[in-house]
Amino acid sequence: MKIHEFQAKELLRAADVPVLDGKIARTPEEASLAFQTLGTPVCAVKAQIHAGGRGKGSVKGSQQRGVELAKSADEAARIAHGLLNKTLVTIQTGPEGQVVRQVFIESGCDIKQELYCAILVDRAAGSPVLIASTAGGMDIEEVAAKTPELILSEPFDPDRGLGAYQARLMASKLGLPTASWRHAVQFFQALCRAFVSLDASLLEINPFVLTGDGTLVALDAKMTFDDNALFRHKSVLSLRDESEEEPAEIRAAAAGLSYVKLNGEIGCLVNGAGLAMSTMDLVKFHGGEPANFLDVGGGANVEQVTEAFRIILSDSNVKAILVNIFGGIMRCTTIANALVEASKTVGFTVPLVVRLEGTEVEDGKKILASSDTSIITADGLTDAAQKVVESIKA
Amino acid sequence: MSILVDRNTRVICQGITGKVGEFHTRGCLEYGTRMVGGVTPGKGGEKIADLPVFDTVAEARDATGANATMIFVPPPFAADAILEAVAAEVDLVIAITEGIPVLDMARVLPVVENSKSVLVGPNCPGVITPGQCKIGIMPGYIHTPGNIGVMSRSGTLTYEAVWQLTQLGHGQSTCVGLGGDPLVGSSFIDILALFEKDPETQAILMMGEIGGSAEEEAAAFVKEHVTKPVAAFIAGRTAPPGKRMGHAGAIISGGKGTAEAKLEALRDAGIEIAETPADMGAAMVRAIQQKN
Repeated sequence: MKIHEFQAKELLRAADVPVLDGKIARTPEEASLAFQTLGTPVCAVKAQIHAGGRGKGSVKGSQQRGVELAKSADEAARIAHGLLNKTLVTIQTGPEGQVVRQVFIESGCDIKQELYCAILVDRAAGSPVLIASTAGGMDIEEVAAKTPELILSEPFDPDRGLGAYQARLMASKLGLPTASWRHAVQFFQALCRAFVSLDASLLEINPFVLTGDGTLVALDAKMTFDDNALFRHKSVLSLRDESEEEPAEIRAAAAGLSYVKLNGEIGCLVNGAGLAMSTMDLVKFHGGEPANFLDVGGGANVEQVTEAFRIILSDSNVKAILVNIFGGIMRCTTIANALVEASKTVGFTVPLVVRLEGTEVEDGKKILASSDTSIITADGLTDAAQKVVESIKA
Repeated sequence: MSILVDRNTRVICQGITGKVGEFHTRGCLEYGTRMVGGVTPGKGGEKIADLPVFDTVAEARDATGANATMIFVPPPFAADAILEAVAAEVDLVIAITEGIPVLDMARVLPVVENSKSVLVGPNCPGVITPGQCKIGIMPGYIHTPGNIGVMSRSGTLTYEAVWQLTQLGHGQSTCVGLGGDPLVGSSFIDILALFEKDPETQAILMMGEIGGSAEEEAAAFVKEHVTKPVAAFIAGRTAPPGKRMGHAGAIISGGKGTAEAKLEALRDAGIEIAETPADMGAAMVRAIQQKN
């Protein structure tokens, strides 16, 4: 689960990570008022969307950047006007962009140096790791690809936390002045504690800055949480902003389905994540474009499968549907009954190609054959993918 | 021979009194697995499927001589269940549970590493040595005893691969589901080492997916240490970056973990690539023919 920058800053402030004062605004008037209330000569006006790259991103049809500095209340209002309810396109939103519904007005500060740090779980080390680089404010992925030696990393035990010595080592390698090391220890340790105590899956500060008086401040904050741990963080769960998420994905999650919307024409309904991904790959291999990833899981019932069909059909790009089920725990008869049921209640307006294999496959095929649902049956994966791609061309 | 489990493996189920735990305990019994008991705290003394239920793993192990456990405990308590099994020195711990918080696993893994126990999973279908022992949720009947070692990060994709192998007349020595989470116990490398040593296993088929670098590490290991033919498939070539594809581990982040990078590493190690999921069994056959 993702949250907005201003929400992440509130969580960090509560965790003793130094952040700047800021206020959220949903209208240009609120932005103007926020500037006056903060009372610093310069403020940053920052679009709040669930995607990074805002500083370099721009609003569709204008020169307006996603993050700009304002030197007066009027300027803050003008920038807010240029952002609010407009579509911001960044390297992370894709060409369709995302609508800006709120802006964060944040105090300025005396920036001496911009740096980068992030905490994530390193699979190879099997533990959380703090990474940092002097290349702050840059596209860190580019830095990682071109100059990996500029990226420092320190793994730490979730319960012991980051050692003070590790934080000092990091500060030293980053070239921070020795007078700032105690600030660095406090800063990095607080970040690591926040990461662990909130079960984050990513905490990225790009950039954090060394200020004129030698302290460190988190200028940006991107925070993503481990969905599997949200059950023990009700307060984090309350920060969810569903308007930032794909409606069909929210609907699927409510039905216990795993769904990701894509941009193609062939809807896919599969059991199991690996098989679902592979089915998409196969559709593409045979010249089609998958419209979605959809894993109905191992124990789906007729209602869930019916809802899955509804969700796939709610995507107006879908011109055909491919059902690929390898029955294990999931019985082919369950899927067959659900298909027949769904065709009655939902109605298929597009060609439907079905490939069944595994537990109770023969009975499943019989159910489909004896129903009056119009189904194109397929034997094997390749046959299924070819038939569904063919069905669109016909 | 086989790896990890065989007809002598004595298995308990942690979470046996739950609906899912009971269902799959019965499934394993039907397959012929030597299920010897179960564990649910507070339900000691009960019977499920004629098997004795114990309050703790240590009691269950002492009373039954169990050397393997299959965990169906719900996610909030599953990490503790793994730790309990390790503390009771159960040789093989197979965690089926899906949805364990990743930091819980970060706390568990160092304990497992410093123990004698081997952990498979979590979020995996389990381990099966066809005709001898099935521990987990896979449909037993698609498997055939034979000489191909199979390992995978995904459940149904493994069934698909096993099915193709069986259709082509190739049975399996042991099939291991590693699990779809970012942090899991056994890696491809751990299992590759076991398959390489196992005289029954003549060739190895692996199914990876986008995310992480486990496949790249496996490729490097194969290049150095594996003499048997290896074939591989990577799921998620068409997956967009930044989107989690069902499995918590299946996500391309920061330009890392792409299918292309993995395929390149595998090819470089001389591993035969299945270009599509329909080609997995055939790729294994090609790899065997090339080595002969």
